[in-house]
Amino acid sequence: MNVQLWGTRGSLAAAGADTVEFGGDTASVEVRGSGGEAIVLDAGSGVRPLGDKLVGEHRIDILLTHLHMDHIQGLGFFTPIFNPDIETHIWGPASDGMDLTAHLGSYLSPPLFPVRLRDLPNTEIHDLKPGSFTIGNVSIDTDLICHPGLTLGYRLTDGDATLAYLPDHEPALGVESFPGDPDWTSGFGLIKDASVLIHDAQYTDDEYPSRVGWGHSTFQHTVDLAAMAGVGTLVTFHHDPSHSDEMLNEIHQQLAAQDLPFRLVPGRTGVALEV
Amino acid sequence: MAQQPIELVLLKQWATYITIPMWIMDETGNLVFYNDPAESIIGERFDVVGEINADDLADRFITRGLDGEPMENKTLPIVIALTEGHPSHAQLQLRGLDGSWREIEVAAIPIAGQGGRNLGAFAMFWEMPNE
Repeated sequence: MNVQLWGTRGSLAAAGADTVEFGGDTASVEVRGSGGEAIVLDAGSGVRPLGDKLVGEHRIDILLTHLHMDHIQGLGFFTPIFNPDIETHIWGPASDGMDLTAHLGSYLSPPLFPVRLRDLPNTEIHDLKPGSFTIGNVSIDTDLICHPGLTLGYRLTDGDATLAYLPDHEPALGVESFPGDPDWTSGFGLIKDASVLIHDAQYTDDEYPSRVGWGHSTFQHTVDLAAMAGVGTLVTFHHDPSHSDEMLNEIHQQLAAQDLPFRLVPGRTGVALEV
Repeated sequence: MAQQPIELVLLKQWATYITIPMWIMDETGNLVFYNDPAESIIGERFDVVGEINADDLADRFITRGLDGEPMENKTLPIVIALTEGHPSHAQLQLRGLDGSWREIEVAAIPIAGQGGRNLGAFAMFWEMPNE
């Protein structure tokens, strides 16, 4: 699999001179399977420029982790979704009380958006529950993880390559000492032994105490989780909109000094990885 | 997925904070956790006991009605919640792991997850005051 980051910011897009290096667009990741599968993880504002690259595809699969705005706000600006020659599939969490179509339709409809979801020419919506499914050569495991609202994490496997994607995740919530027992750690089953883990790293240790329960991790939580799970590479993700390039670079330098048991890749927009 | 479902993970975390004795069983009836307040009624620390397989529970914990008559397992609130999928309540006597008998009141609730998943059941219980 080949992976490219198109949006790594969390919560709110943050354009400006201070965020040029890590990028200001919100969550969106391109995954290209060994069979040419075009898979998009989340549709934050980063999916808009990605759409320009994918206009020649026949089929695109968009996997949504959850429906917070920073993960879906780019959908209406994703050019391929308006092209009847491109088959787009949107996969995401559905609650027992309301399916994914109804949830997305509440955003993609007036007065919040001028185009209705039902008017998209060639789009199919798939409700996801914890379990497994395949897209071409890529097998995908999904499970509910700790984040406010119904939120899925994904584990994509293509041959020997495994990519785990948990962009919004607070596994340390309510835990006396983190990391603890893997069997009782949110998301562990998705992350274990992954070749590459893309994971929430929104807060510093100083910021976290006043944001407990908001659904995100500190850099240290993420590093500790990745070490416990034995991942090969950790990509930090979902950067807080208030974190400047200078601050993020300094934090990553401090993390790298810890002699980590995996490769640490700062989640900058544009980063490309071969998994 | 070699990990407990998130619903059980969060329930266990909650259980560690509340002061009401609580015990959690997974979907196959294994006892997977009880909290600190439950330890004085169960008669042993969870850290010592650990998880208990469903097949061993009936041998480890003996129950009877307040009248002293033996109770069938299928009439226990936690078993009803687990197997029938609805809340259940009872007053009963429990012989803890320390060999002591205690009169307790139990309320058990099934854990129904998204997508109709039966994830187990939990019970909250109280030691009844001596009269």
